[in-house]
Amino acid sequence: MNTNTPHSGSKSARPSGFSLTDWMPKIVLAPTMVIALVCIYGYMIWTAVLSFTNSRMLPSYNFVGWAQYERLFNNDRWMVALTNLGIFGSLFILICLFLGVMLAIFLDQKIRAEGVIRTIYLYPMAISFIVTGTAWKWLLNPTNGIQKLMIDMGFVNFKFDWLINPHMVVYCLVIAAVWQASGFVMALFLAGLRGVDGDLIKAAHLDGASTFTTYRRIILPSLKPVFFSALVILAHIAIKSFDLVQALTNGGPGYASDLPANFMYTYTFSRSQIGMGSASAMVMLGCILAILVPYLYSELRGERSEK
Amino acid sequence: MKNNVVGRKTSGVDKALRIALYATLILVAGFYLMPLVVMLITSMKDAEEVRNGTLLSLPSYIHFDSWEKAWSSACTGSSCHGISPYFMNSFKIVIPAVAISTILGAINGYVISLWRFRGSNLFFAALLLGCFIPFQVVLLPMARTLGWLGIASSTTGLVFVHVVYGVAFTTLFFRNFYQSIPGELIKAARLDGAGFFTIFYRIILPVSTPIIVVTVIWQFTQIWNDFLFGVAFSGFESQPVTVALNNLVNTSFGGKEYNVDMAAAVIAALPTLIVYVFAGKYFVRGLTAGAVKG
Repeated sequence: MNTNTPHSGSKSARPSGFSLTDWMPKIVLAPTMVIALVCIYGYMIWTAVLSFTNSRMLPSYNFVGWAQYERLFNNDRWMVALTNLGIFGSLFILICLFLGVMLAIFLDQKIRAEGVIRTIYLYPMAISFIVTGTAWKWLLNPTNGIQKLMIDMGFVNFKFDWLINPHMVVYCLVIAAVWQASGFVMALFLAGLRGVDGDLIKAAHLDGASTFTTYRRIILPSLKPVFFSALVILAHIAIKSFDLVQALTNGGPGYASDLPANFMYTYTFSRSQIGMGSASAMVMLGCILAILVPYLYSELRGERSEK
Repeated sequence: MKNNVVGRKTSGVDKALRIALYATLILVAGFYLMPLVVMLITSMKDAEEVRNGTLLSLPSYIHFDSWEKAWSSACTGSSCHGISPYFMNSFKIVIPAVAISTILGAINGYVISLWRFRGSNLFFAALLLGCFIPFQVVLLPMARTLGWLGIASSTTGLVFVHVVYGVAFTTLFFRNFYQSIPGELIKAARLDGAGFFTIFYRIILPVSTPIIVVTVIWQFTQIWNDFLFGVAFSGFESQPVTVALNNLVNTSFGGKEYNVDMAAAVIAALPTLIVYVFAGKYFVRGLTAGAVKG
């Protein structure tokens, strides 16, 4: 019972024996422990179990091994969703990182009205993906949107119909998602830039390094941790993307712009294919863990070595 | 270029570069603002102007008809009461969910950073994973659970869900904040006979205002903007505004009314935008809390 001393470590001088104060921390933490155990880990296991059954409209517990996973990867719609995630995810991450770094560097040049500009760049992050999707659906719609704007301005042959083109629609998702999240990446890097040691930069300049060289050789390399954080967050947003697709394209035309999250939702709740839906959810979990576990591991190790 | 401007003469090239820099920044600002501007312009046009004008053509005079319609009479799926009932639903969900998850997070964070016991760190690590799982892996079991508890398709059910999956984040926020409080402080208070809750109320809570603000804003934004839980767990009567907006936009009978869609979208975005404008600093701090160490 002596284990719950405050974290300075040494054993305190209080009398031994039962005291409510000793138990309080555990009692207080208990509800969250139960929640985490049941609603995170329990449910995860439950979904895993379902993914090995032939459940359709209702969960059943007839185990069929890996059959659902086999069906899943033979399912054309799932493969489209997975390919889309590959295209969408990599473009979204790359463009956001590029834009974010550039904008952060630009804003770091003693800009007047920096606060206002920063606020403008970042506001989309406060908005729901459903609103973003609705707005961009209107902008990208060829009959009334940007295409019409350009034609009316005199560019008669201007064509911008990605939203209804099955081969291009996934890039519409990229545009809208970049609009929403790139300002956030900018904010991350700007905070990082402000934390770089000023003396280091001064020394580089005294040595005759140009601004460009200083950024490339000294400042940006020191922002590696920010870079990794941004990467993980963006990958996480990409894998979980659901609302944006729902609002912007509803998966269409056909299922050309489905992402795994939308596939999972459709198969589990509208198509009564609980087994396959669960299998797709497990694949998504696998993707996230593949990114997250190495990241958390290195973070925690870093924290320990700092102590 | 942090320090190198100082002590150098600005040449013509430098001046040109700075103009280009400002031009780029303003152009980019235009890109970020454009969708919001277009939404606002479109929402103030009448149907005729929407059909014949372009995205950027201004309305002849400012109509608020489509705002009124979006608020009180537009059709979202099968009912035609506008998005106002769902806007209220969102508040019914957000307020209790934010309050409960923030309180739980504060107490959890207090225990995990100042009353460590064997396994509390392991528990924290396990909870941390809860911040990042794709919620698709819990959707179906949660739907069954809500059914058993008798709170399926209700705002109460959604409050429950948002508390359950929000508490990982709130705990993380408070834990990181309380890490910097010296343990000696707690020890001294205990020697003076203060108990678990007394220390929390008298010592910890009074210094927690900034992190409470950050957490409340974070949770408010997250829950207001949620769509996945809303669409999976709500009934017709208990939909949050994001779900209603999506239904309104995708309801197709009676022809498309883009001006009404846009008005509804702006209304749905307004609460979080207002919070952002007035408390942007705290919003950004929440966003970066988990991302940048320290």
